Amino acid sequence: MNLEDLHTIAQQHHEADSKLEHILYVCTGTACQSSRSEDVLKAIQAELKARGLEKKCAARPGGCQGLCARGPLANLDHGKRIYQHLTPEDASAVVDSFESEPPERIQLDKQLPFFTRQVRVATQGGGLIDPTDLESYIAAGGYTALLDSLMHKTPAEVLQEVVKSGLRGRGGGGYPTGLKWSTVAKAVQTPKYVIVNGDEGDPGAFMDRAVMEDYPFRVLEGMTLAAYAVGASQGYIYVRAEYPLAVKRLQNAIKQAQKQNLLGSNIGGTPFSFNVEIRLGAGAFVCGEETALIASIEGGRGVPRPRPPYPAESGLWGKPTLINNVETIANVVAIVQRGGDWFASIGTEKSKGTKVFALSGRINNTGLIEVPMGITLREVIFEIGGGIPSGKKFKAVQTGGPSGGCIPEQYLDMPVDYESLTRVGSIMGSGGMIVMDETSCMVDVAKYFMEFSMAESCGKCVPCRVGTAQMYDLLCKISEGRATLDDLALLESLCDMVKHTSLCGLGQSAPNPVISTLRFFRDEYLAHILDKRCPAGVCQMKPEVMEVHS
Amino acid sequence: MSRVVTLKINGQDVSGREDETILQVARENGIDIPVLCYLEGLSAVGACRLCLVEVTGVSRLLPSCVTRVSEGMEVNTESERLQRYRRMIVELLFSEGNHICSVCVSNGHCELQNMAIKLRLDHIGMPYRFPVRQVDASHARYGLDPNRCILCTRCVRVCDEIEGAHTWDIMGRGINSQLISDMHTPWGESETCTSCGKCVQVCPTGALFVKGKSVAEMTKRPDFLPYLAMMRNRKNGS
Amino acid sequence: MSKKKIATIWMDGCSGCHMSFLDLDHRLLDLADLIEIVHSPIVDHKEFPPDVDVTLVEGAVSSDEDYEKIVKVRARTKILVAMGDCAVSANVPAMRNRFTPKALQEAVYLAPNMARPQLPHEAVPTLLPRVRPVHEVVKVDVFVPGCPPSNDTLFYVLSELIHGRMPDLSNKTRFGA
Repeated sequence: MNLEDLHTIAQQHHEADSKLEHILYVCTGTACQSSRSEDVLKAIQAELKARGLEKKCAARPGGCQGLCARGPLANLDHGKRIYQHLTPEDASAVVDSFESEPPERIQLDKQLPFFTRQVRVATQGGGLIDPTDLESYIAAGGYTALLDSLMHKTPAEVLQEVVKSGLRGRGGGGYPTGLKWSTVAKAVQTPKYVIVNGDEGDPGAFMDRAVMEDYPFRVLEGMTLAAYAVGASQGYIYVRAEYPLAVKRLQNAIKQAQKQNLLGSNIGGTPFSFNVEIRLGAGAFVCGEETALIASIEGGRGVPRPRPPYPAESGLWGKPTLINNVETIANVVAIVQRGGDWFASIGTEKSKGTKVFALSGRINNTGLIEVPMGITLREVIFEIGGGIPSGKKFKAVQTGGPSGGCIPEQYLDMPVDYESLTRVGSIMGSGGMIVMDETSCMVDVAKYFMEFSMAESCGKCVPCRVGTAQMYDLLCKISEGRATLDDLALLESLCDMVKHTSLCGLGQSAPNPVISTLRFFRDEYLAHILDKRCPAGVCQMKPEVMEVHS
Repeated sequence: MSRVVTLKINGQDVSGREDETILQVARENGIDIPVLCYLEGLSAVGACRLCLVEVTGVSRLLPSCVTRVSEGMEVNTESERLQRYRRMIVELLFSEGNHICSVCVSNGHCELQNMAIKLRLDHIGMPYRFPVRQVDASHARYGLDPNRCILCTRCVRVCDEIEGAHTWDIMGRGINSQLISDMHTPWGESETCTSCGKCVQVCPTGALFVKGKSVAEMTKRPDFLPYLAMMRNRKNGS
Repeated sequence: MSKKKIATIWMDGCSGCHMSFLDLDHRLLDLADLIEIVHSPIVDHKEFPPDVDVTLVEGAVSSDEDYEKIVKVRARTKILVAMGDCAVSANVPAMRNRFTPKALQEAVYLAPNMARPQLPHEAVPTLLPRVRPVHEVVKVDVFVPGCPPSNDTLFYVLSELIHGRMPDLSNKTRFGA
């Protein structure tokens, strides 16, 4: 396969499509599948066949449309119409509506800010690519970036585009991607490895899952570009086993790409060779930490080790290793395709490009969005997210999962970028946004995240292993109205100590939900401690002084 | 060949080879940095966090057991903040297990107990967790009392790296982590254990002990390790 | 100078700390001019008096009786001293924490080799679910680890406190000493 072949395939695909009167993409991502979207697709395909329309109209599996709360969703004729809440029984109504208005119930307003305010880069294609079909990806411009680079650009030139783009790691830390790449490129040892980190584990985060499920070929193309730029010959995609659909789609994509010589030896007839294997994680949150992930791929216990040496210098099997998050890698294709300058024109001064967020919690439009950096939280939550359900009052938005913090109302007009979020005590994180209203208790929220960190701590270093358990116990004591101000002081000194002494990012950031809720909602903690009362009415008070009769 | 660098530790001018760690250079110069997981002759894992030090110009605290020295480095090992963190780490360890010094075989010879003395701890400010842990007395010569285990993994490393048996490992996550032999089977039934006793000798507490020892009778001899490491290096021709 | 009012109490412990205290021997006579022992298992006072200057506490908090006692003693004492490992760390009494009080009582009182196995229902305080060191229940001012702390250590602690100084025990005793 070479560039010309790509164009031919794309052209044939477009020609075939242009002969169709209607094309319907039904979302087959995990969220919509869980409400039977595969049955919906089958029913519509059967309906088309029954009406003898299968030559004129196509119903295809597609990717995530974003508004998961209203799934299963389907998209007709590239956004002409969006369907919601589909059931297999709606098949005939859907086919009817190709030429007329569908019933209100299944029609979704395509002019919603949810759809119009998004800018898609990592999720380019908007779910209108068949994730199981390489040709569908090629038709959407796929693999031109790779083959063009392999044939016409040096690795340094590819790297330069990424440096120019200002892309920063989307897994949470925000480390400059170009800098990471050049460190690996400069490493002298061989072989080198590229690892894509798909071990997304934050509660309320499903960005990477969607990217892997919907755009598996883009992930492969992006990592092949990365491998070319840094001189790697072998790649691994580390996916948690809890993402079976992503695994299936990636496996299928690898097989198809290999068959078309877009992966493997002498890719596209060039001297460059690169192979990719999938490694399944057993669902340990800490394996999202790069050194723990590497240990897991090597077949050891998924525990982190001190850095330096960084993986760029000594990673998988002691060799130079590039580790990028799924979303980061997905951005690479667009950057190489359209240039680093183009990417850098989106976003803010220090945070370039777009970010995929998973909206969840007390918000009307639960789902997945991609927005330019620098957008305000208010726009994300109240315009795109459609605000808070049942007229309740907004209280806080949690970003960055168990490593992040809760941002209160006074910062809603703050731009979403790495620095601003850090300034208010949270982090960009991988992109989970959990919205909370007045019915949420912030002590309870902090307790929830601490329980998560405690359960996910690998147990290697003392501060994280025991500190998270002690902090969780103290939070339980506070939430049950059994704590004193001394307990609060101990909790705060533990937060400080665990943050500064833990071995890896999990422990270092585990206190963040407590620190940030204490910063903005200290009064709620004090109400639990001094008044033995939960202002939000969530926590059950158990104020026995001593567990005398149990 | 490694270059020789000069640096300052606690204001004192010292020199070291650049492949040495801060901990090694400090020890060569009689500067004591507390450790519990580190043991000369075994790989360093940076897990106990007691050896964290401040390095001027670096915002994070660095584990001195794995951080190499460099030219012009300024290290502080004794700041008030480090002392406070070290005390809290040792308090966390005491609160995590069931450390009942008065009836322990290692009473008076225990590195955890000594660390508490060194850090002037007269009580444990963290609530005791009182975990339920089973003693394994199935081995003919040795015993494992996980109530006294601080999960430093010295036994795991000595068994794997020196004896080559890898009988010990850690099972579970976080606060539920525990030391196991083989596939979580009784130690006495282990098919890999050679009964060499190295794990007992490197254990900093009374978690691993020789049977028949009573309170305060168990003294450890971890000093064989540097000798073994030296012999191994010689054999490997380095 | 008026005599300092000193008290000692005994909760869940082996009384070894009190034995060590009695081992002060003739030094008790030296102290006699300076202190008055207002309450102790070794003297015969029924009710714990108010306004005690120093109370030495032996033992961990193990039963409802211990709990009520330590709360009252704390309220009536200026300087509360956790004397010995049981008070400081819950020590050996805490070894029962792995069992429920019910299982523990049944094992002790209903053992098959007993002449008349029966659970006590009078005169035996109700066990708390878990034995706790004193400072996890009330505020403690001075910690004297040791099992037991030596008579020299106790003498030093008392002498310092009587003279209004806080004892520095870092070189005198330790857990398990």
